[in-house]
Formats: sequence, structure tokens, C-alpha cells
Amino acid sequence: MSTTLLPEDLPLDAHTRTRSAQTKRYGFFPGCVAKESCKELFNSTMLLADKLGIELIELTAASCCGASVVNDVNRDVARVLNARTYAQAEALGLDDVITICSTCTGHMRAANKELRESEARMDHANAILGKFGAKYQGTVTVRHLLWLLIDDIGLDNLRSMVVHPLNGLKVAPFYGCHIIRPESVNGWESARNPHSLEDVIEAIGGEAVDYAGKTRCCGFHIQLEKDNVATDMVGQNMRMAKERGAEAVITPCPLCHLALDGYQADSAARWGRTDLPTFHLPQLVAFALGVPPDKLGLNKHLIDPRDVLVDRDLIA
Amino acid sequence: MQFTIEIGRYNPEGTYAERAVQGECFPPPWDKAPPKHYQTYTVELPEHAVVLDALIAIREYQDESVAVRCACRSAICGSCAMWVNGHAHLACKSKLTEFTKDGKTRVESPPSMPVIRDLVCDMTTFWGKHFKVNPWLDAKKPEPGPMEEYRVPNAAMEELIQEVSCISCGACLMDCESFAVNPDFLGPQALAQAYRYVGDPRDSKTRDRLGEYSGPGGIWDCTHCYECVTQCPKGVDPLEQILKIRRLAVDAGFTNNPGTRHADAFATSVKHSGRLNELTLLPKSVGLFNVFGQLKTLPSAINMIRAGKLPPIIHKSIPGVSRIKAIFDRLGGRFK
Repeated sequence: MSTTLLPEDLPLDAHTRTRSAQTKRYGFFPGCVAKESCKELFNSTMLLADKLGIELIELTAASCCGASVVNDVNRDVARVLNARTYAQAEALGLDDVITICSTCTGHMRAANKELRESEARMDHANAILGKFGAKYQGTVTVRHLLWLLIDDIGLDNLRSMVVHPLNGLKVAPFYGCHIIRPESVNGWESARNPHSLEDVIEAIGGEAVDYAGKTRCCGFHIQLEKDNVATDMVGQNMRMAKERGAEAVITPCPLCHLALDGYQADSAARWGRTDLPTFHLPQLVAFALGVPPDKLGLNKHLIDPRDVLVDRDLIA
Repeated sequence: MQFTIEIGRYNPEGTYAERAVQGECFPPPWDKAPPKHYQTYTVELPEHAVVLDALIAIREYQDESVAVRCACRSAICGSCAMWVNGHAHLACKSKLTEFTKDGKTRVESPPSMPVIRDLVCDMTTFWGKHFKVNPWLDAKKPEPGPMEEYRVPNAAMEELIQEVSCISCGACLMDCESFAVNPDFLGPQALAQAYRYVGDPRDSKTRDRLGEYSGPGGIWDCTHCYECVTQCPKGVDPLEQILKIRRLAVDAGFTNNPGTRHADAFATSVKHSGRLNELTLLPKSVGLFNVFGQLKTLPSAINMIRAGKLPPIIHKSIPGVSRIKAIFDRLGGRFK
């Protein structure tokens, strides 16, 4: 049985551009935060896609992935919500769903794994989706933009596209837990020694800072329950980065961005001032690829990232 | 094959506990850690050798002052958990060839635990947490007679195979990110053990247990970092067990805590608009009548607004949100 096209899928939004048949098309799941408080992430991702020559087709009717909170209390709901998102991608003929958030990546992949590994769960989800005339057939793969940059674009290719190399800007990578752990769900690179962000930093002309905090937790998921724990996590990790000479941080996760950017000021009392600006992954890559900095929403950060760019003569 | 081992040596007089500053978090930040230096040794071992083989060879033939704790050498006693290249592992299960990074293997006591000497850390904190969850069966009455036994369905015990596999090595707690900054957190090992008894059909104290684990330092103090799942050498998946307790505790009505409030606020927002409503999430999670809590969040909220990080005032629903409501109504349980 072919997937029924949902009426809500049809009007593709303004971000969909018509391109030649060769342009690679991807389903795009921006996630809630990129549509709400971190709109600069959404915008810079679209600008980066233009530079990369790929087409990101936003799944406009997709719901929240559950973000570990819905999953905590009710895994079935989270799984079916995600199955609905995948059914939309399939209905649009898209096998790849690209995310720009570590937490979305981890939880969407986990839901997909649960669905694909068990016929009973898939049938259960489809029984509910069937009431709206939708069906998920299990063909979707969820990947992060970071993985797309390396697997589909390629580091050499990326390097050749750089027009504004970062002049050796010392950038500390901050992965975000759910893009690397657990390995059974993500498994794209080693959970203990990941190096994809470092590779991208070096490809765009920066210098990657090695520090123990890069694979650690930013505390975002506990911020509303225990804010002091989150603040300490931010302080500890940022101080490690600062002591290794970092001038800025790059993260593939808007939740890490919110925590690192938002709580460094609070953590200063205990961990010392660090004031490291936190770039979203597509912001810095798009900048290196020649997107004008004023379009990247660099003014939407609590710790202004333009200062380090000025220091390195990257912007006037 | 030749292997280079870097051992973190601690001055036996310099323990964390002595150097901890009163009123500061414990364990203390790394710059207040006891004097430590790395000493390098070279050992000749076969290719299949593990880290513990190297440590024993060093202690027996090169430097008898190196302190290392080990017993079974086959990943069952749980004595030799330590930091290998910056993460907690069983030294007896870590092959040297896999753990050689930049030509060497760095072995040290985990910074989240007090150190007794060299590679021997003080596990008192760990055992304290372990016993705090009452890790024993409180049998339902009437107990079977002396020559009888409890009859339990096979499936009920199969559910617990993961938790029963725990060897109490402490690797998960050593790398637990929440514990590293929040010493009151019961931690992954204790809570995985907790589920082992919560999930046991023979136990009579399930409700009491769920209430206790829902309190401060319990299940809601976990940050979902998945470090414990990555570090556990026995596949216990402690985080998954913590999540199981969360579901049971919420179903049992232990909902007057920030964790459940946050989950409720989050789920309600997703149910009504399909997406997260950041504007209402914060006040609802803190508790609408928690005036002190609300005031505490005000400065960060103002900073966010000043930086232009204000979520849209009018929160738009996704197309087809009625379907999201239908999914919640069908499966929502508490979220209906």
C-alpha cells in the first residue's frame, strides 16, 4: 500500500525552492527551538543549504520529537508522534530527515529504531496513524546536518567552498550528549572520541581546541528542575575550554547553545568569567562559506560572538 | 608488543576530602584536586593484553609502589573500575590495543571520587548511595513456608535481567555528569538497583520506594546525558531504568515535584500546538504559585528578551494539530 499524502503536507512553505533535478533534496526537521527562541539557527541553516547547493524541504506539519521529556513519561506517545513525522517525509518522497539539534537527532533516531526493529510497535503506530490515512513504512533515516556535511558534502569539498577562512580562530567543539550517546542509537561516530566537529572546524580554517568538556552535558535538560546543576555544568565545561585557549564554542545543538550562551554569566561567580560566545554549527560554516555575517543573527546571542570575529579581522 | 602506560600517581596524603573547601561542592573543581603527576611506564605484553595486565606487570616487575585494586580479572567482581583515557572502564575488560591513543594509555583514578592512593579511589560514597535505595527484597506477606518457594512468572523476571547484571563496579557513577556537580544525586547505579526491586513482583514496598525515589536527589535529578549507558561494562543501561521508575512513579501519583511539572507543561504544550511553547514552559515548570521560583527565573528571562531570544508571543500551532491531540487522547495516559 502506498503512503497516502496528508492534506497538511501539501502546501510546502516559502523555504522550498525549485531547483534543477540534480539538486539533492532532504527532508528537514528544524525542531521547536530553531522555530522559536533560536530563529537565527533556522535562518542560517537555510542560508547554508543555499551555499551547499542542497534543498532542505521543511516538514512543516511535523510535531515536537518529544525531546526526552514526553519520552520520559510516555514513550508510546513520543514514538507515534515521530512515526507521524516520518510518514510525512515518506509522503513527500524523502528518505532522509535532516535535523539541526542533537536532542532531536538522538530521540528521533531512538523512536525510528524502536519502530523499525519491532513489527508490533510499527503496527501499533500505524493503527493510530491509519485513522488519519497516514502510514509509516520504515524507510526514513534521521541524520544531523553535521553528518550530512561530512558524508554527503565531504570535507575536501567543504574546504574548497570556503571563501572566508577563520584565520585559525580557536574554536572549542561542544557536541551535545544526544548526537553521540547512546552509541546503539547514534553510532555514526565514536561516543568517546568523536572528531566530526573538529574536522569541520579545521575545514573552515579554524583551530579545534581539545578539552575534556567537549562530549559532556550542558545541563539544559535539568535546568528547569535544578538550575544550579545546569549552571555548574556550563561553568565547568566552559572553564576547561577557556583554559585550553578557546576563543569561541561551536555546537550542533540549540539546547546546548541556550545553556552555554545563557548561563555562563550565572556560572561566573563560581567558575570564573569565561564569556565564550557559542556559535550554532551552521552559523559559523555559513560565515566561512561567504554568507554575509549580518544575515546570520549573530546579534541574537547573549554573549556577542562578533567581538571575536572582529579580533581575528574576520569582520569589520 | 610494547605499550606505554601513563599512571596518575596521587600523593597518599593528599585526599580530596582533606582539601575540599568547606561549603564548596564535593567533589571539588579539578584545580583543587590533590597533587597528581603522571608517571610513564613501558611494558612488553602480547597483543591481546588488557589494561589490568599492564598494571599488574608494572606493579610486579617495575614499581611496587603503584597501588591498584583488582580481584577476578574477568569483569565479574567490579573492583578495577578506573579512568582509562578519560572515561570509566573496567581495566580488566579494556584491551590495550583499543585504548592506545597517541601512542599511550592514560590510567588514573576518576576525578569525581575521593582518592585513597594512585588508582584506588574511595568507594564509600558509592556504597552509601547503593544502600540508600534499600537494595533488598521486602517480601510480600505471607512469606512462603520453609520448604516452599515464591512462584513468579518467568516474564516478570526476564524484565529484570539487565538490572540483575549489575556488578557494582561504579563505572556509571564515576562518569555521571549530574553526580559530578550534584553530590546528593543517588546516581545511576543505585537507581538501577532501585528498579530491580521496584520491578520485582515479590516486593511489598513498591509504593514507598517510588515515593522515596521521587524526592530530592532521586530520579528527577538525572540529566539524560547517557554517560552511564555508555560506560556500563555489563549492559545495565541505568538511564533506561531511571526512566522506568519515572513512569511508574508518575502513574502512582508522585507528581508534586519539578520533574513531573516540567513533563506536564511540556506535554500539554505539544498536545495543544504540536510544538513546544517556550513562553509558557518556564513559568509552568517552575510552578505557577511558586513566587520565589518565578522571581529567580526573571533575570535570565529578561536577558533572553534583550538578546532578541524572545519566543513568539503568539504561539502558532502546526498544521493538523487535531491529529496530535488525537494521538495524545489515545495514548496519553496522564496527558489526556
